[in-house]
Amino acid sequence: MALLEIENLRRSFGGLVAVDRVSFRVKEGQIKGLIGPNGAGKTTLFNLISGLLRPETGRVIFQGRSITGLKPYQIARAGVSRTFQNPSLFLRLNVIENVMVGRHSRSRYGFWGCGLRWPGQAREERQFREAALAQLEYVGLAEFAETPAGALGFGRRRMVELARALATEPAMLLLDEPASGLNTAEKEDLAALIRRIRDRGITVLLVEHDMGVVMSLSDEILVLHDGTPIAEGSPAEVQNDPKVIGVYLGGEFAGTAHRSAAQSREQG
Amino acid sequence: MRTRGVWPIAGLAAAMAATQGILRLTGTEYCLTQLTMALYYAAVVMGLCLLMGYAGQVSMGHGAFFAAGGYTSAVLTTHNFSAWQGTLVSSWLEKSRVLVARQDAYSNAMLTVSPWAAFGAAMVLTFLLAVLIGYPALRLRGHYLAMATLGFGLIISKLLLGSALTGAADGLNGVPEWQLLPGLAVTGKTAARVSNYYLACSFVLFLLVVLGNLIRSTVGRALQAIHDRETAANAMGIDTAACKLRVFVLSALIAAAAGVLCTHYTGGIGPSEASALKSVRYLALAAVGGMANLWGVTLGSVALNYASLRGWFGSYDNAVFGAILIAVISLAPDGPLKPIGAGLRRCTRRFRPVPEEREEHGPA
Repeated sequence: MALLEIENLRRSFGGLVAVDRVSFRVKEGQIKGLIGPNGAGKTTLFNLISGLLRPETGRVIFQGRSITGLKPYQIARAGVSRTFQNPSLFLRLNVIENVMVGRHSRSRYGFWGCGLRWPGQAREERQFREAALAQLEYVGLAEFAETPAGALGFGRRRMVELARALATEPAMLLLDEPASGLNTAEKEDLAALIRRIRDRGITVLLVEHDMGVVMSLSDEILVLHDGTPIAEGSPAEVQNDPKVIGVYLGGEFAGTAHRSAAQSREQG
Repeated sequence: MRTRGVWPIAGLAAAMAATQGILRLTGTEYCLTQLTMALYYAAVVMGLCLLMGYAGQVSMGHGAFFAAGGYTSAVLTTHNFSAWQGTLVSSWLEKSRVLVARQDAYSNAMLTVSPWAAFGAAMVLTFLLAVLIGYPALRLRGHYLAMATLGFGLIISKLLLGSALTGAADGLNGVPEWQLLPGLAVTGKTAARVSNYYLACSFVLFLLVVLGNLIRSTVGRALQAIHDRETAANAMGIDTAACKLRVFVLSALIAAAAGVLCTHYTGGIGPSEASALKSVRYLALAAVGGMANLWGVTLGSVALNYASLRGWFGSYDNAVFGAILIAVISLAPDGPLKPIGAGLRRCTRRFRPVPEEREEHGPA
C-alpha cells in the first residue's frame, strides 16, 4: 500500500521550472532513495512535500488524504517529519530541549496552562524530557543531552536533528542529504541507524548524493533530472539504466538530448 | 526542567520589603512613589522581554499599548455619562455596577464607568488592537512587526494629542482610585503609598513567576525555536504564526494592564506615554537586561526607570536611554550582564582558595 503518493507535481521559480511532472509512490515500510545531479529539483520536491513550498499543480497524498497546500506544521502533525540539508538546530536551546521541541505539537497545555502551571503540566514536561532522552539514546547522543546545541560538531548536529524529527513520532521521515559532510565511520553509523528507523516501521524518503550510502540503503530509487523523473526501480535496475548512466556520466550528450526532447514535448 | 524554585522569588520579595524598611528608617519613604511607578514600567519591559528576547519579535509600539490601557481606563472613569441617566441602557448598566455615581474633586455629581469595568474594557480594546496589528504583520517574516508597531504607536500618539476626549496635549487627570479589594485601592494618596508599593511589587513578582513558568515550558522552547529558525520550528509541528500572535497579544496585554494600574496610581496619564521615544526606551531597557533574561530585564528596568523618575538624568533623560541602546547593541549585543557575569566568575575563580596553588596566585 502506498503511504505517500505524489501526483504530477510542478513548481517553478520565475522562468526556471524546478520540478515538473513528478509522480511516484512510496510504499509503507520502505526506504526510497531520491537521486539526481545538482539542480535536479530534489530539495524543491522535499519542500513541496513538507509544505515549505506550495506546488503549482499536482497533489501530495499521505495515508490516503491530500496534504497539498497545508502548512508545514500541519503536515508535521499529520505524520511527515523531516531533516534539513544543513542541520538547523535551535542554537538557543541545549540538545535535549531541541529534541523536546519535536514533542511540542503533542502538548495539551498552551500559554495559560504553561504560565500558570496547570495540574499535569509538570508531569507532561517530565514525560517530554524522558521521551526526548529516549530518542537521544536511540541516536547515541544521550551523554550530550545538556550540551548547548551550538557546541556540537556537524555530524552530531545531524544526529540531534534526526532525534528531533523522530520525537514527533512520524509515520514518514524525509531526510535531505543526511550523509553529506559525514566521515566514513559516521556514514556507516548513519546507514545502520536509518535501517533501524525503517525497521521500527517508519517509512523513509531519502535524498542523497553519496551513491554508496543510497545504493546500499534504498529498497527503491527514483532518479530526477531537470525536475522530472527519468528512472525508477531497484538500485540494480537504476544503476544499469542507460538514461541514468547518460545523465551521470555522459553529461553533455545525454543532457542536450533530454533537454531537446523536453522542448519538443512542450512545443507539441 | 531545572526549576529555579521559589527561593529567588522569595529573595526578591524580601529585598523589596527591606527596601521599604530602609526608606522608612531613613525618612525617605516618599521615594516609594517613584519606585512604584518604576515597577509598573518594568512590567511593560517584562512583556517585551518575552516577545523580543525569547520569541525574537521586535515591537516599537509598547508605549502605545501602555497608553491604550491607561487612556481607556482614564477616559471611562473620568467621562461624565450623566447625560445618559434615565435611559434604559444607563439604568441597566447602573444596576450591573458598570456605571457608578461618584463625585469629582469639586463635589459635582458624576456618573462614570467603574474602574473594574474600565479595566475590562481596556483589556478588550488592547486585545483587539494587538490582534489587528499582529495578525497581518506576524504572518510575514522579518521586521514587519517592528514597522507596523512603530506606525501604530505614531498613530495612537497623534490621536491622543488631537482628541478632546483624551485631553489633547494635557492628557487626563482626576482618575479615581481603583478599589481592588476591601482595604486595598490603587491610588496615589500618601496614606496608601506603602500598600500601593507592595501592590506593584506583587504585580511584578506575579509576572516573574508566570513568565518564568512560560519560558521554561514547551511554549518557551517553541518561542526560542521560532527566534532561531522559524522554518525548522514550523516543520517540527509548531504553529509559528499563532504562537507569535499569542506572545505579541500577551505582551501587549501586560503593557496595557501596567498602563491601567499606573494611571490609577498617578491619577492621570499624558500623551507622552504613547510617544515613539517611550517605546524606544522600553527597547533600551530590554536590551540593558540582556533581552532573553527575564530577571536581568526586570531588575535593570526597575533601577533605570527609578533613576529616570527621580530625575537623575535631568533634561538628558531621553538621550540617556538612546545612548544606552546604542552602547548595548554595539558593545554587548547579548546585554551587558553576560560579559559582566563572565568577568565576575573569572574574578571569583581567581580568589577561590585552591590549597596547592595559593602561594603562586597571591593577592591579585
